[in-house]
Amino acid sequence: MITSRSRLPEFLQKYGSDLHNEWVREQLSIISRHGVIRENELRDETRRFLALLQETLQKASVEEFSTGAWDNMRQLLSEISRSRGLQGFSPTETALFVLSLKRPLCERLKKEFSNDAQALYNETWVATELLEKLALHTSEAHLKAREEVISRQQQDLLELSTPVVKLWEGILVLPMIGTLDSARTQVVMESLLQRIVETGSDVAIIDITGVPTVDTLVAQHLLKTVTAARLMGADCIISGIRPQIAQTIVHLGVELGDVTTKSNISDAFALALRQRGLTVCKQKSTSAPKP
Amino acid sequence: MERIPILRMGEFLLVTIQVDMHDRLALTLQDDLTAAISKNSSRGVLIDISSLEIVDSFIGRTLGNISAMARVLDAATVVVGMRPAVAITLVELGMALSGVRTALNVEKGMQLLQECLPPKLQEDDDSSD
Repeated sequence: MITSRSRLPEFLQKYGSDLHNEWVREQLSIISRHGVIRENELRDETRRFLALLQETLQKASVEEFSTGAWDNMRQLLSEISRSRGLQGFSPTETALFVLSLKRPLCERLKKEFSNDAQALYNETWVATELLEKLALHTSEAHLKAREEVISRQQQDLLELSTPVVKLWEGILVLPMIGTLDSARTQVVMESLLQRIVETGSDVAIIDITGVPTVDTLVAQHLLKTVTAARLMGADCIISGIRPQIAQTIVHLGVELGDVTTKSNISDAFALALRQRGLTVCKQKSTSAPKP
Repeated sequence: MERIPILRMGEFLLVTIQVDMHDRLALTLQDDLTAAISKNSSRGVLIDISSLEIVDSFIGRTLGNISAMARVLDAATVVVGMRPAVAITLVELGMALSGVRTALNVEKGMQLLQECLPPKLQEDDDSSD
């Protein structure tokens, strides 16, 4: 195993600026074609990174990477990889920020310890281990930043996509848009039932024109919603079933039971009006002069 | 022992559940209600569960049973005022209560019961169609 003291900190201090230049050159050769990041920026980032690395290494060893001593380092890396993530860099390119330090560092180490094989091995080992840990952390931070974006968008979608509209006294419409999964169905179901209570509606039209595919799971979710609404005393009509979806439903053997289905929302609305005993009639011509 | 009151309104029976149901209470209600239907020869039962916040599979099944029993005794059952959370719970428990009629509130439930009433039972004042 590695002895307690590594000579890496002193080494970094000695060759800091050389390493810095070589590293920046190495990185520019990898990512220059993107032109997203400017050289000044990169220089600044790498300088801060090297300075902090040297400072941290003097206080703590690589083995203590997950302890508080490395907090600042980790924070800087997270910051860098987050900004990379937002700029649209791939995980590989983000990890390369750290990994591209490997070649300059190893070459410097080779020159420095060319007559001491044991020391060369030790220092290379420490350096490799350090870079691996840093790179892993970078990847993780990058992924985390991406995941945050995704989950925020999902939340937005969830909130945007479940409007329950009152179409008439006692008639609600729920236009569903996008793929239905368990989490969304739950939200949809809750908001529909809540609105049924608030408005005292006894007919609810669920329009699935915007649902791209209906598989057994989606059908099951729909049926659950219909059943829950029925338990509360409201009738549901499913509308907006496209020909392909009708075919899929039959091929999958999904039993929609006694749920009323209509091909479009206007048919469903007409049915809902009829169920409530309402009729729509044309107004008598108003242009005719009244006696 | 606590009981759920059963009120008679003409041909109908009105049950309002104001407390949280536990198993024994549900069974007592079942006994009392079947007895009351048979005694008053009621044509309909309206069960208001708008104050019921918690259901389990047993209560759900008992509601279904009460409705089935009432049907055997020739009375229609309407369950009214189920809360959204209760409805979701029952659906997740896989209990659709398919034999039970439902309505949003007492008023609509009463209307539904009136509609269920067979017309021949009304006094034939001028049924000479």
